Amino acid sequence: MSQKVAIVAVAQTKYTASNTNQSNSELLWEVTKNILEQTNLKFEDQVDSGLCIDKIIHCSEDFWQGRTISDSILHPEMGGFAMDVVKVPADGTQAVYHAAMSVLSGHHKVILVIAQRKESETIRSSIENNAFDPIYLRPLGLDFLTAAAIQATRYMHVYGLTEEHFARVVVKNRKNAKNSPHGQQDKNITIKDVMSSKMLAYPIKQLDSKPVADGACAIVVASEEAAKQLTDKPIWIMGLGNCYDSHYLGDRELSQSQSLYAASQRAYDMAGIKNPRKEIDLAEISDEYSYQELLWAEGLGLCDLGKGGELIESGITELGGRLPVNTSGGLLSGLPSGVAGMAQTAEAFLQLQGKAGARQVDGASTALVQGTTGPSGQSQCVIILNRPKGGIL
Amino acid sequence: MSERIAIVGVGQTYFKSRRPDVSEVEMVNEAVMAALQNAQLTIQDVDAVVVGNMELFEGDYLVDMWLTGGSGAYMKSGFKVQTGGSTGSSVGCTVFDLAATGEFKTILGIGFEKQDEGSSQAGLRSIHEDVFFDVGSSGKSAATAVQSVALDMMRRKSITEEQVAMVRVKQAENAMRNPYAHLRRKLTVEEVMNSPRLAWPLRVFHMCPTSVGACAIIVAPESRVKTISNNPAWVADWTNIHGGILPFYGSLTPSWTSTPLGPMWAWSVEQAANRIYKRNGITNPRKEFDVIEVYDMATWAEIEWYERIHLCERNDAHKLVEQKATWIDGDIPVNPSGGVTSTNAIGASALQRIAEVAIQIRGEGGERQVPNVRQGLAVTAGGDMYSAGVLLKKSL
Repeated sequence: MSQKVAIVAVAQTKYTASNTNQSNSELLWEVTKNILEQTNLKFEDQVDSGLCIDKIIHCSEDFWQGRTISDSILHPEMGGFAMDVVKVPADGTQAVYHAAMSVLSGHHKVILVIAQRKESETIRSSIENNAFDPIYLRPLGLDFLTAAAIQATRYMHVYGLTEEHFARVVVKNRKNAKNSPHGQQDKNITIKDVMSSKMLAYPIKQLDSKPVADGACAIVVASEEAAKQLTDKPIWIMGLGNCYDSHYLGDRELSQSQSLYAASQRAYDMAGIKNPRKEIDLAEISDEYSYQELLWAEGLGLCDLGKGGELIESGITELGGRLPVNTSGGLLSGLPSGVAGMAQTAEAFLQLQGKAGARQVDGASTALVQGTTGPSGQSQCVIILNRPKGGIL
Repeated sequence: MSERIAIVGVGQTYFKSRRPDVSEVEMVNEAVMAALQNAQLTIQDVDAVVVGNMELFEGDYLVDMWLTGGSGAYMKSGFKVQTGGSTGSSVGCTVFDLAATGEFKTILGIGFEKQDEGSSQAGLRSIHEDVFFDVGSSGKSAATAVQSVALDMMRRKSITEEQVAMVRVKQAENAMRNPYAHLRRKLTVEEVMNSPRLAWPLRVFHMCPTSVGACAIIVAPESRVKTISNNPAWVADWTNIHGGILPFYGSLTPSWTSTPLGPMWAWSVEQAANRIYKRNGITNPRKEFDVIEVYDMATWAEIEWYERIHLCERNDAHKLVEQKATWIDGDIPVNPSGGVTSTNAIGASALQRIAEVAIQIRGEGGERQVPNVRQGLAVTAGGDMYSAGVLLKKSL
């Protein structure tokens, strides 16, 4: 799938803990306006012919907005009438996946993918409980935090990881976030801070958990021909893969992610990647809870099974290491869920374009983005991005 | 890249008011198994699953997660899509996009709703355009939304109430021939005209029921089609349209308000049809299509769509009805399935329109089969102003 689909532009709002100044539509308009100005693109209904945005994919979810068909009123306010539009209620990586596939189908040339979420306006756990089987699991009061706690405990039990390993992830990612203009966390924290923060559900403590966040992100996905017209620095989508695991936690070996293993193999196959540890220069990994960065790194084959603890201790995944992970600061530094997969794709894009400022990974040419939807990483999505070798930096 | 694609399997449940005997997972599995049997495949042959339903109607967040046991998505690719009443056709269009990439062997698309386990109207009321000014201040519902379409048709003298009842009776006759339909009861013009009023001129028997059920389709790229079926329904073109809101009315205007373009719902349907016609050189749809399935959330809507998809001139729908042209033995049969007025499990409804055209092209319509179907069109419509058009052919 070499050089058939590219990302040509991204835009993000600042991610904040509680945005009382902007509504959902205003957040979306901020990023959409930014995209329209950056690319000089117009919506299909505004042009007679030539290159235009011919599809909108809106990553949005009814529960979070408290409104059915949550997208129907939001994206039309950005412009674009009688256009091809679809909503993907999942992590942002799935929306980017859909966009790339739609371009690859030959049915679309330029797709605007948008996502916004205001977590501050609702209560996460009350929504997440509704994701569980209503007959056996929902009455137990499970949410994604308690499901994650079960998974983290199992992971520690099987492979001997410790709470300190997980705390190191938080310290690393929060340090990276200090260099991001979009991040909401800029305070230095230590392993001790994480360890002594309030226990939420053993072994997950307050700082091991993603903070509440509001914000929006937009990404333009384009065909090869369109991409070359729109930018001289297209970042190519080389591989895509996604996969569902079983719903019931008891049916899974929670200390491994077989769905992520399958999703990443699909993406690697498509991208022609044989040895991800050597060929990938940086990774953005979903870290809603700190242990997940390590568990998902194992699922992605970036280290051996059970070696996530050694991975974080070795410093390889630090900025400046051989394989920096979450230079954006990740979800732990305050990306809104849902938007997160797109924000992390945007970070990989900026890195490969050499526009990541103080958090720039030198000479990065291949990046991996992973996003997850559902309890304990049930559904996984992997995107491989690449800039031409010897290219633009 | 850009492979030609075809529907190689269709499955659906028997639609009912209530299904206390099954969970959502089990119900979806019935449709999946039916589709696999229809395609003579097993779930091992499928490598991606796309699901659609209304999140708030059953109150299931990320329902594709729970469904994996019944949808067959375990260890397969896939994700969920949703766009209101047109959710099923959004599933269809997404599956068609995925199939056309040539990256997948076969793809399963599923639409369903289990309305007996939730409150659809409670979910639907949350659609109000503006949370600050709109919620609770008006009694909008699906019925009052269609009312604007009906009032517009009355005003234009496009159709009489008696003719609307005739079309409803046609739908009932078709549904009686379709074993999967929900309302399978003979109706008379008098019964329809004397049924209680919902929102003038809309009556109870004009409106779709609250149904429970699931529909699934299996789609494959051309390279695989030959090994699966010698009787595929080729998907020649597809488009998913969102009408959007009118810029000059602003966000406080309900989208179903009558505007200079007519009721906005109707406008979206017209845009979807126009796009398919333009891209495929269709100039005389009444002549060129052998069967059409439309999303008739109410009988009035079905008739409005006749005009919007250009089966007749504007204001001439009554002529089409007088000639009984859209009856199953007419020259352009519309909704041989009995349509949405006979069966409406929301997330499934729009997928059923595509599925029924595929069934007709494959000649598997049983008692409701229209003879010699070479080319058919599915047009869907849903809140809030989403419409899709899908063009299916016997051969490309």
